[in-house]
Parts: sequence; structure tokens; C-alpha cells
Amino acid sequence: MSAIELAASVRAGDRSAVDVLEEHLARISARDEEIHAFNLVTTEAARAQAESVDAAVAAGDDPGPLAGVPLALKDNMCTRGIPTTCSSRILDGWLPPYDATVVNRLRDAGAVAVGKTNLDEFAMGSSTENSAFGPTKNPLDTSRVPGGSSGGSAASVAAEFAPLAIGSDTGGSIRQPAAFCGVVGMKPTYGAVSRYGLIAFASSLDQIGPFATNVADAAAMFDVIAGHDPLDSTSIADFKPNASASLDRGVDGLRVGIVRELSGGEGSVEGLSADVIARTNEAVAALEAAGATVEEVSVPSSTLGLSAYYLVAPAEASSNLARYDGVRYGLRVEAPTTGEMNTASRTAGFGAEVKRRIMLGTYALSAGYYDAFYGKALKVRTMMMREFAAAYERVDVLITPTAPTTAFPLGERTADPMTMYVNDVCTIPSNLTGHPAISVPFGVGDDGLPVGVQILAPALGDDLTFQVGAVLEAAGGAR
Amino acid sequence: MTDFFAAASTGSTPIEPTLPDGWELIVGLEVHVELDTATKLFCGCANQFGSEPNTNVCPTCLGLPGSLPVMNGRAVEMAMTLGRALGCDVNRSVMARKNYFYPDMPKDFQTTQYDQPTNSDGQMVLNDGYRVGIERAHIEEDTGKSTHIGGDGRISDAVYSLVDYNRAGVPLVEIVSRPDLRTIDHAKAYVEELRGILLATGVSDARMEEGSMRVDANVSVRPFGSGELRTRCEIKNVNSVRSLGRAIEFEAQRHIDLWTNGDEPNQETRHWDEERGRTRSGRSKEDADDYRYFQEPDLVPLEPSIEAIEAIDAAMPPLPSARRAALADATGAEAATIGILVERGQDALALSAITDGADPEKVVTRLVNDLAVDDWSKVTAPAFAALIAMESAGELSATQAKQVLGDLAENGGDPATHAAERGFEAMDTGELASLVDQLIADHPDEWSRFTTGDDGDRKKMQGFFTGQIMKATQGQADGKAVAQLLAQKS
Repeated sequence: MSAIELAASVRAGDRSAVDVLEEHLARISARDEEIHAFNLVTTEAARAQAESVDAAVAAGDDPGPLAGVPLALKDNMCTRGIPTTCSSRILDGWLPPYDATVVNRLRDAGAVAVGKTNLDEFAMGSSTENSAFGPTKNPLDTSRVPGGSSGGSAASVAAEFAPLAIGSDTGGSIRQPAAFCGVVGMKPTYGAVSRYGLIAFASSLDQIGPFATNVADAAAMFDVIAGHDPLDSTSIADFKPNASASLDRGVDGLRVGIVRELSGGEGSVEGLSADVIARTNEAVAALEAAGATVEEVSVPSSTLGLSAYYLVAPAEASSNLARYDGVRYGLRVEAPTTGEMNTASRTAGFGAEVKRRIMLGTYALSAGYYDAFYGKALKVRTMMMREFAAAYERVDVLITPTAPTTAFPLGERTADPMTMYVNDVCTIPSNLTGHPAISVPFGVGDDGLPVGVQILAPALGDDLTFQVGAVLEAAGGAR
Repeated sequence: MTDFFAAASTGSTPIEPTLPDGWELIVGLEVHVELDTATKLFCGCANQFGSEPNTNVCPTCLGLPGSLPVMNGRAVEMAMTLGRALGCDVNRSVMARKNYFYPDMPKDFQTTQYDQPTNSDGQMVLNDGYRVGIERAHIEEDTGKSTHIGGDGRISDAVYSLVDYNRAGVPLVEIVSRPDLRTIDHAKAYVEELRGILLATGVSDARMEEGSMRVDANVSVRPFGSGELRTRCEIKNVNSVRSLGRAIEFEAQRHIDLWTNGDEPNQETRHWDEERGRTRSGRSKEDADDYRYFQEPDLVPLEPSIEAIEAIDAAMPPLPSARRAALADATGAEAATIGILVERGQDALALSAITDGADPEKVVTRLVNDLAVDDWSKVTAPAFAALIAMESAGELSATQAKQVLGDLAENGGDPATHAAERGFEAMDTGELASLVDQLIADHPDEWSRFTTGDDGDRKKMQGFFTGQIMKATQGQADGKAVAQLLAQKS
């Protein structure tokens, strides 16, 4: 049953939210020891919320559009009084005194948060293997990674622990795990969803978005979380998307471009596997069959995205993560002086990948290196925005694979950061431009694991990504 | 000589050495002022001095994970007002992060402005007309306040430290002068002038003792006439204008001694030790910070419209320099006196009273001399003008005028009513003359000492007769008229 159907049955009083919750909690307790999608299952808080939804239904009050739908929250979303760890030791024992804006909005919409999902530490990674609490496994094949960094959220939806999950996407952290787990994942336009309460990785790139088993559910969730929030200065003032209403508009007459450099065409980035390229071309053909016009589009700077990203994101992260110094909250390792305490706490509290990125970012911003690294990356970013804007003069949406391959085996890429980083080559451009993008499952690879196809749209074209996604889903989303 | 003039920037140029033995002082000041907003720069917490530690705090000003800043629009307006008051250009500006670790800085970076400040390229005109260039006046957040327990009060040898985050996120403007100051007096005058501008614009209460105005001085010296800028030291922890003068004097002499001995100062931050009257080394240049500035991604650029800047200009209250000019114009009083009246905020009253017909000289004298009156708020300009007029016309003696002024300050109202209530009435000159004649007749010995005695006797006896007349008239006689009569009759 989809999230929308579940909510409808709860709203109609056909099923109780408590009953729905217990069914999902039972699945979690049966299988999450193996999957490890959750860092924490908040059983009691979830029961209380489900009961309040049922009480609202009984009282004839509107329980909200997502009434009684179990929801998994990535563990970098602040939840009042509930541990929020970013899968890092550095936040040991910290209880946020407030809820993230998305958490409030989803609760107000009647969703029932069942727990906090595992992630690569501070959302830095593409496999959820960088978690301080151990990796999450892909529910479709537990020898494989679920992708990352929102691997726990993707896995919780794929394993039917919750029909909906919240993730954050800085370089592909929603879309890539969605592709690996065979679910729908969407990164909104930068500023469409409030970041207030999302623990920052790279502030100019981070964006919160939905996971669901299907496009309509993801759209319903997006409609709930999108919209201006005065607590986030980068939140867009007058943007009121209605993705759910756009789902049945089809693609007749829509202009679709396939990005040559990100889809195995001429001058393409390397490492895209043949089966993924094949599914992407089939997806484009399906859109054409549904009435879209198709052309190949060149966005040359998209091949530079990875390099630019690995300067911009670590630079911002090196600053965002400075506050974890052992002074106010989280882990403190005692030492004779304040400076030594800072160092000892950070040394013990951060994992290797986080340290690597803090060092990268610190270096990129350093006097004498700024222009050559960070400054140049900003120029690439500007160039990329210009090129994408030019592409959108010709077409309405762009298509690429979501990830170069299907889900890879656990442990395969942990030894070499570069092989891990290239996972995000197709997803990173949308973060650098701030544009929306969705990953929709489209067939399987040679290994039988799902392939995700990515639909990119210009800024504020969020509804359009769902509109096209719905067509792809109908055309061949079976996994 | 031409080289020297070329090296000077926007500031005026002194024509002789300002330090002993041919050395010249070079000072630039960096002044941090806390804006007098109701709330902090990026959150809704109260901007309030003196609260219980860590009571005016929230996730944002504590830099908790997931929190985000929201710019306080009023703080930006105030910063722009100050910028315009300093003659600055108001620019499109962006916030930046200044990254360094310190326990009283919740995010371990300070949100400030770097290469695109809100205000740039202004100047300040001191009371004596000396011009000091203003490089920039940018917006930033304050840090918390650390108290280091044990050792000598520095973090490096503290046993433990306490941190109060009430001040964290309080809005500041940092005003950076060009190195245009050449004398200690001008450095002090710059701070006084800035304080006057802050008070006039209502941007800050500018209390150095409470830390709402903090002055750091960049000090260096050079041989007079040379165009070079030698190694400077930044002096912190200066808590009053007087200390600023002492600190600059000490530091300049320290530099002169070093240079004279063939040595040279290190570029470093030094702390002023008020008790010992000396500066001591803070951070050395070996661990000079690389702040890794970059644009703050959590805030959007500030883009004031031309209309907004025009509105600020239109609403600008009269500033001290303009007020001094107006008062000087109206009274012709000397610069120091004008400076005092404007600093005390009595210029508006003076100008109104003069407009209402009061004698400018008497207005200035009354205002400068009547220190007994603390609160002039109840003294209206027409009442003050009427008082001066009564005094000028001889209807009130100086003593009586002073008493009536006291009544006005306490109760408001008009001077004629207060004078009548006190029974002060102008004495007829004829009445006064007959009283004087009577006194001369009653005190022949004293009169002869007045007419024939030496200067001392004459003075004493003038006092005697004046006292007697005042006694007889219960203070209503005009002292000047009495003196005239005595002189006439001798």
C-alpha cells in the first residue's frame, strides 16, 4: 500500500495509525538487525504520535495529508530531546533542544516518525560505510551497499520499514542511494525546503528531500516539506510548488535533452557501466514514445563538477564542523589545555573521511591557495550555471543516469576515496547549480539490481521533475 | 617634503614631529561598537548587558548543530546610518566567515564582513578640523565572554575557564580608520568624536567601561619626514580614552627605544596593562592566524536600494561637526566651549534661545557655567530665552538668574513666574542709590577705607558694602549696578 493510500485509509478511519505503526515496527524488529537502516528506533514517541493522529481522526479533526504514515528521518535532522548523531562519535550524548523545520512540518501533516536513520558520518560518503555505528546493508542484496550518504533512509523505504523517508543531498546523497535501493529520491531546488535543523555539511549545497517507493508518494511528501521558512535565510520567499497536481500532465510536447557528457556520449565522463547507459537510453526512448521530443545536449563543464565539488563542499565543511570542539556539547576528551582538549576531542570524535575532508577544505581556503583551489572551484560553479541555463534554453528537462553503476559490494571501495567519489559524478552538477533533480528506478542492471535514471530541471522546476518521473515510472519502473 | 605629503592619505598633515627626538607617531584605530538593537544580529535573543550568564541564548547564538542565522534588519539599518554619518559609501555587501578556534566563539568562526563591507571610504572631521580617513565600517557579530580562572587571567595558563554566551551574536560595527592619526590628542579626539556620532545617531550607547565601545590602536613610529610605514603593533584591552592616550604613549616610546637601539618591534598584538602602565605581548607572529575567510553561505548578500540609502540620509539627525559649526556661527564662541556644549547636547537649546532673541554670549555663559543643573530637559527654549532677556535687562541679578534657572530645571514653567514666586523684582536704580547713600552714612569708617585705602582694603570694603546691600535687599540687587554706584560715589 502506498503512503497516499495508507493516509487515506487512516483519515477515513478504516485503519488506525497505531495499527499501521505496529505493522512497520514489527518489520523493523524482524529485519533491521541485519540491515541496520536505523541508528535509533523511537518506538514510544512514534506510538504517542500515532495515538494523537487516531485521536484527531476520532474527534473529526483533520489529521493532515500524511496521517499515520510511518516516516524515517535521516539522523542529521534535529529532533527535540531525541539523540541526533550524524552517525558520528563527536555528537555523543547530545540532545537537540529543538526540531528541524521539516520534522515539524511532517509531524503537523500527520506523519509518524519511527526513528533516525544511519548515514555516512556528517553525510560524507556514498555508501553509508563511513558511519561510526557500522554500515547499512542494501535490503535488495545485503552483500551490497545501499548507497549514501542517506543509505539508512533509502534502505528503510526499500525494506518497507517506512513508506516515506527524509534525506539530505549535498552531492547526490538522496538520489544515489535511491537508485541503489530501487526507490524514488528527489533533491529539490536549493531553497525550496528549509534547512533549519539540518546539521550542515556544506551549506551552499545541502538540500533536504523525500524518499518514497513511488513518485506520487514522494510528490506528496515534497508538497508538505516545501515552502518558505523565515528561519532559513536561503529559503525562497514565494515558491509554493504543487508536485502532486503535476503528476498526470504527461510529457507530450516536452523537450527532453540527454546530457552527452554524463550519459556515455562523446566526451563523457568515464566509469559509466554499459547496462546503466542502456537503461538511460531506454528511459529517453520511453519519454519519446510518450510524446516528448528528444535531443542530445552538451554541458561541457559538467565533467568538472566532481573536482569543483570536492573543493567547495570540504571548504564549507571545514568551517561548519569547527564547532565540534568539545567545549559546549558532544564528545569531550579531557586534556591539560583548551587547545589540547579541542584537538583530542576532534581526533577521537571524527572518522577518517570527515578528517580527510576537513583537511582538504582547510587547505583549499588557506592563504596562498584560495585562488588556485576554492576560488577556481567557484568559477567552475558559475560556468556550470551558465552552461545549464543555456541548455535549458533548448530543452525543458535533462536526463542522465543517477549513478555510474548499480549498488556495489560492501567494502569494495572503502580503501580508495577516489573510486568512491566518482559515484557522484552525475548527481553533483545539480547541487552546484542549485537545480532540482529526481532519481526514478528504471529497470535493472546485468546483476539484477535496480538502475536509477535522473531527471534534471531548471531552478523552481521541481514539479516538472515529478511530472516526468511519473511518466518514466509508468513506462518501466518495475524492478 | 613633497614625498611626505604624497605619503599622507586623506588625513591632514602635521607640520612638525609629534614625538621627541624627531620621531613621528602613526596611529590607526579599530573601534568595535555594539549596536543598540533590541535583539541580537542573527536571532531573537535580547541584546542586553548585565543579565545572568547564559540566559540570553538560543540554538542560533549558541551555534548548535542545525541552527541558522537570520539577519537583523534593524542592525543593518543602524550600520548603514553610522556609515553615512561617517561619510562612507554604502555598498552591496556580503557576510563572510572568519575561521579560528576560541571557546567563547560558539561556531568557531565569526560571521563578519571581509572583502565586501557595508560601508567604505569615509572620513571624520575632528573638532579642530583635522581629517581622519575611514577605511571601512563593517557589520559583524560579537563573541561570548571568557573568564579565565587561575594563572594571570590568560587562557594559556588558566586552570579552568568560564564562558558567558549572552554577548555572543550581539551586533557590532567595526570602524577601521586609516593610519592618519599623528598625535595622542587626535587619537583621543577621534574616539570622543566617534562617541558623539554614535550617540547623536542613536546607534550605540558607546560605553567604553561596559565594553559597548572597544578601541584597538595600531601604533608605529617613523622618523619625521619619512614616507614609510614601519612595523606596527595592535594594542588591545584599552578601556578608556585616558588609557588609550597612555597606551599609545607607552607603545610609541617602546618602538622608539627599539629602533634607537638598532632593534625593531615584532608585528604583534599587545595587551594594555592598566595597572602597570605598559603593553605586553599577546599572540606573536609565529602563530599568526590564517582566518580562511569565505562568503557565509547561510546568509544572502545585503543589497540596499538607492531609496533606502536616501531614506537614511533624509532621517540623519544633525551630527556633532555640523552642530558645532551651527553653534559657532550663532555664538562666535571659541572651539573648546562649542565642543563642550555640543558634547553635552545643549546646542539645540542654545540655538533656539538665540532664535528667540536671547543674547548669544549670555546663553553660552549660562550653559557652560551652570554645572549645578544636571537635567535640562524641562527647560524650554522660550523660557531659557526669557530668562536670559530678564538678566540682560537687569531685571534679575546673576545670582537670581541662577536660582530661577534651578527652578526651571526642576519644575519647568516660565522664568517670570518663578522670579515672582521668589519675590525677585527688579530694583529701581533710584531706590538702590538711596540705599547705598544710607549705608555710606551708617558706616563712615568702612567708607573711608573704601575711598582711601589700598587695593586690598578697597576690595574688602567693596565686598562689605555689596554684602550689606544684598542683605538689605534679600539678594535682589544687581551686583553690577551696586558696583557701579559705589564707584560713582567714591
